[in-house]
Amino acid sequence: MTRAAWVVFLKELRENFRDRRTLLTALLFGPLGAPVLFAVLMNVTLERGAERGEEPVEVVVVGREHAPNLVAYLQQQGAAVEERPGVTPETASAAVRRRQAALVLVIPADFGERLRAGQPAAVGLHADSSDTGTAGARSRLASMLQGYSSRTAAQRLQARGLSPLLVQPVAVDLVDVATPASRALLVLGMLSYFIVFATMMGGLYVAIDATAGERERGSLEPLLTNPVPREQIVYAKIASAAVFMSLSLTLTVVGFAVGLRFVRLEELGMSANFGPEVAVGVIAVMLPFVVLGAALMTIVASFTRSYREAQSWLTAVLLVPTVPIIFAAIYQVQPSLSLMWIPSLSQHLAINGWLRDDPLPLVQLAASGAATLLLGLVLAWVAARLYRREAVLG
Amino acid sequence: MIVVEGLAKRFGEVVAVADVGFEAADGRITGLLGPNGAGKSTTLRMLYGALRPDRGRALVDGHDVALDPMGALARLGVLPHGAGIYPHLTARENVRYFGELHGLRGAALERRIDELLEALEMGAFADRRTKGFSQGQKLKVALARALVHSPRNVVLDEPTNGLDVLATRSLRELIRRLRDAGHCVLFSSHVMQEVAALCDEIVIVGGGRVVARGTPAEIGARVQGGSLEDAFVAALSGDAA
Repeated sequence: MTRAAWVVFLKELRENFRDRRTLLTALLFGPLGAPVLFAVLMNVTLERGAERGEEPVEVVVVGREHAPNLVAYLQQQGAAVEERPGVTPETASAAVRRRQAALVLVIPADFGERLRAGQPAAVGLHADSSDTGTAGARSRLASMLQGYSSRTAAQRLQARGLSPLLVQPVAVDLVDVATPASRALLVLGMLSYFIVFATMMGGLYVAIDATAGERERGSLEPLLTNPVPREQIVYAKIASAAVFMSLSLTLTVVGFAVGLRFVRLEELGMSANFGPEVAVGVIAVMLPFVVLGAALMTIVASFTRSYREAQSWLTAVLLVPTVPIIFAAIYQVQPSLSLMWIPSLSQHLAINGWLRDDPLPLVQLAASGAATLLLGLVLAWVAARLYRREAVLG
Repeated sequence: MIVVEGLAKRFGEVVAVADVGFEAADGRITGLLGPNGAGKSTTLRMLYGALRPDRGRALVDGHDVALDPMGALARLGVLPHGAGIYPHLTARENVRYFGELHGLRGAALERRIDELLEALEMGAFADRRTKGFSQGQKLKVALARALVHSPRNVVLDEPTNGLDVLATRSLRELIRRLRDAGHCVLFSSHVMQEVAALCDEIVIVGGGRVVARGTPAEIGARVQGGSLEDAFVAALSGDAA
């Protein structure tokens, strides 16, 4: 770094440390906001999941008197059976649709008769499968009904001297290989997304201010009349954005390391492998990405004609690194050396590797760092070339 | 000493500067006079390296701006049109920033800054952040910044735009002092009276060309009526015809 570049770099730092918006986004919103939002989100999700398992299944039964045995069985299995005046076989569906009841079980008058005659006895279960909040209760009630059906079938076979096992030709034995850490990963997979996002946010206003902002203010042209090669100025500006991004990154990771202690993952038999060593690793694997992000935002902001336009464009750019992460989540991408050349995806895989307590091999981590850094340096060079064009002054 | 030779610049279909050439000598105030859109700013922007000329060249103390930009810029103090300053820095920090970019540092730089702050009567607001400064205060900061490296040649693009009477007066005073100290001062304006009152040499630009140049008296003598205003109007109407 030349002396002039150093002067520009220090000035950008000084100025941005005095800028309330830069400070708020880099040091507060990202680092505090992301982990807090994440912790709240997780706790709500976990709480809902945990509570639903123990809560009685609330079901409105119409025609209870037609099947006292069935109702008793349901109650014994943990269903809270309720009769509601006004809900009739005709209005059952409407009641569910209007959310007056989550589940309505309609037992027709001929239920007992058909059961005794050995014919299929129909019951109507009215539910809304688009209501994800009651999905658990719905499937539990369905399996209770299935249980009652199986029990009755077994009793009938036994009464005729046959073994109930005859009608169970296949027995499925589900072996769940999920470890507590890997189960937690389902929810923690979003964490790398938050880290990438907060890192980019940290440099957002610095990059805008140093390019589009400087031009809009009319200070870019005077700056370029100094006998300093333009690429030195550009590199210094990218470096200053990178400093704020690193700050935001560090604070965010620390925020997560602390915040995850307040997420009650253990209650669900999950664990978050996010100790100090992992935190240091996450920061290290993200640093090359900081260079890439700073150069990318500087380039995009240099093309825009105003501060506001730069803001709109960079908001879109913020989403770019999240695309590979989303694809990885959907397709359950497994880490491999060839994927390490894709920035943001490789960081996501590395972070998830640690969280899963299954760290990526060193060669993959090195490939991720080298590839991302290389692309970052290429983009920085492109940014410098852009500043040689006279159009950069607008 | 600034020498401009046959500069030309077009933006797409629009010819901003067709052919501009002149000299601005040391110890003289040279005024670039012309209506809005005549090509004054484009000429000056080519002179200080913001734009690349399509043709011609500009020399600052013999350094070609296109071939040796660092050498030329080091000898040039520039106040671009509508120059902005950094709102989160104080006036002094704004000036110091440019001084450091010119390679100055330490006690010598601080002395020079104090000197400028005093000469421009900026003491009252030197250590305040420039956010919320008046137009005149901002201009003083930009001017101090342009002069911090004691450049031999000073280029001012429409410096009096938006200034009140008092600020304009003190700016003129400063320009004269620079001239008396042997600097080459080149400034542009579309206000004829201003140029007439201040300049030793006038270059009248219209339609991207130099339509007249010389001392105010020389230019006036060439037209009937003998005043600079007549010359200005004649030069521009001739251009329009």
